[in-house]
Amino acid sequence: MKVKNGIAVSPGIAMGKCLIIDSEDYLIPRRSIKPSQLRTEVQKVRNAFESAIEELTDVQERGNAQQAGIQQRQMKDIFAVHLRFLHDRSLRKRITDMVHTELVTAVYAVSKTLRDVASHFGRIKDPYISERAADIYDIERRLLRQLLGKKREDVKHLTEEVVIVARQLSPTQTAGFNREFVKGLAADAGGRTSHAAIVARSLGIPAVVALEDFTECANGGDTVIIDGNRGVVIVEPDDETIELYRQYSSQFHQLGRKLDAIRQKPSVTRDGVKITLLGNIEFPDEAELVLGKGGEGIGLYRTEFLYLNSPTEPTEQDHYDAYAETVAAFKHRPVIIRTMDLGADKYTQSRRFVPEPNPFLGLRSIRFCLRNLGLFKTQLRAILRTSVLGQVKIMFPLITNTHELMQAKMILRDVMEDLDEASIEYNRNIEIGIMIETPSAALMASPLARDAHFFSIGTNDLIQYTLAVDRGNEQVSTLYSAAEPAVLKLIRNVVQDACRAGIDVAVCGEMASEPDYIMLLLGLGIRTVSIAPAMIPEIKQVIRSVTIEHCNRLARNVLAMTSERQVSSFLRDAARKVLPEAF
Amino acid sequence: MPARHRGEVPEKMTLEENTLDNLVSETEVQIKNTNGLHMRPAMQFVDAANRFACDITVSNDQASVDGKSIMQMTMLAATAGSKLKITARGPDAEQAVNVLRELVEEKNFNEKAPKARKKN
Repeated sequence: MKVKNGIAVSPGIAMGKCLIIDSEDYLIPRRSIKPSQLRTEVQKVRNAFESAIEELTDVQERGNAQQAGIQQRQMKDIFAVHLRFLHDRSLRKRITDMVHTELVTAVYAVSKTLRDVASHFGRIKDPYISERAADIYDIERRLLRQLLGKKREDVKHLTEEVVIVARQLSPTQTAGFNREFVKGLAADAGGRTSHAAIVARSLGIPAVVALEDFTECANGGDTVIIDGNRGVVIVEPDDETIELYRQYSSQFHQLGRKLDAIRQKPSVTRDGVKITLLGNIEFPDEAELVLGKGGEGIGLYRTEFLYLNSPTEPTEQDHYDAYAETVAAFKHRPVIIRTMDLGADKYTQSRRFVPEPNPFLGLRSIRFCLRNLGLFKTQLRAILRTSVLGQVKIMFPLITNTHELMQAKMILRDVMEDLDEASIEYNRNIEIGIMIETPSAALMASPLARDAHFFSIGTNDLIQYTLAVDRGNEQVSTLYSAAEPAVLKLIRNVVQDACRAGIDVAVCGEMASEPDYIMLLLGLGIRTVSIAPAMIPEIKQVIRSVTIEHCNRLARNVLAMTSERQVSSFLRDAARKVLPEAF
Repeated sequence: MPARHRGEVPEKMTLEENTLDNLVSETEVQIKNTNGLHMRPAMQFVDAANRFACDITVSNDQASVDGKSIMQMTMLAATAGSKLKITARGPDAEQAVNVLRELVEEKNFNEKAPKARKKN
């Protein structure tokens, strides 16, 4: 039995068999072997190649049997290239030579050699060749899958309940998660607002992150307990521990039921101020969860899953089907659909020659859309068509200046004209808003407010860009905090500018789901929040327990502080007084 | 070794040493297709090379690689217009060199040759 501590990012208890999945950036550590192990390791390399070849040949053959659409033919070509590389004896020899001369494990030799080859390709100016780097990374992944064992597989083919263990989780990987089978998450990297945390909270499953080397402590199939309340993970628990956790689990469910009872009650402060509680969703089937928990609409409908879940670009009908279902279910309640916000992942990276060195600052999100008008217009068309079914609003992510917003609106007008010509109905007066998630947008909120119907502050990215911290990097994840005075100053600026312009401003980042921060946000002037559905009851409880007057005083105190630590402990104490049992 | 003339006549073939296994055949070729020796042509070259028993080496000014290895051929990164030397050593060396030369120069790897150079 092994016990490890990390950061608790999503509450609850899960106990189950673990499934280890690899992140695309997993670094294989260099491990030495003894000369007596040489034969085994070299054989592992050979076996990995043979299995990978078999796997790919099988895929090729299945591909031949099906209809050859353009996508299938492209995949076939790509796999043909991969097979050539897997058959290349000099490649294999280079790897086995490394095992021999450096006395390292098969898995290290494979990873190191292929990455060296990939980076050599990546350096060549000719794009047709530097593009091959992506192929080499893919081949590396395929071989590593063989070497690291069958339990390290992709998540799409689950047939039993599992607890997922990974180094870190990318949007690509989590897009395939099936709530029926995925019962908990544990990640080596990450912090409170890393993607693993966000997904776990949306799914309402327990998660612990920042475990550092948990992927090396657990083996596929081990029984693992994830304690998302205390931030503890246990591998192969003994009987005593299992029994202890069974008890904890039932206690936790009782608290949950108590909070659920609040569903029917209105979201109003003690001094009668209405706070609109909306939900953030990633998939259409989470919409009913929002309603079930007492949410009043969808403040952020993330649309990336449409791009991540399939190998081909979604069609207009795919978009329409996904949105129409939700919009129709919500009727008069608002549904804010955010246009594609991808970057640093399979979709935008697969079109690149090599992975972008700095994807957060790169061609992502609205910038990618503005350079890929076909893709952008398809999504806009579908959103417009659904706007006759209910109260749909459009939101553009990562807008950094007024020019970008104008461009996006111009494209939208083009699409509206196209629909007019085709006599297709849509809401001509559809509200167009933007996410404020960069310092530039926050500082220029005033001119932006003239061209947008509403703002939604994306605190996750706003914090990252303002503090220059990557929330997924466990080396610096403790530097990431919504309690940083710089961030609070920017939020206050945005709210003031929005109020002056007479437009709505909501907060849709993780900050709004945290009981510690909700009073501060109310005190800063926020009257609408959009949060993970699972957190709606708890946040409503806090709202119903405070007065705006108290929140305003709290905010004034906080804005005078200059230290993150001071702010966060002040907020924690204030929250504890309001909602003692949740802490 | 007989002297080789560089840079004048684009094509040359020489036969050295009469032992079957050490039969060496060589030629210089020029990559003519539009996108240089990128993936598909490289694959065709490597597939063709692997049909022969002899060793096949491909070199340019900077490097010399195994013509049967897709990894090494891609690394050679030959762009349009670059000259390569193909050296084959073994019993079917002459045949190999003929086939490979034809693939590169005459069939242009079954692709179009570049039009007059455009400015980038």
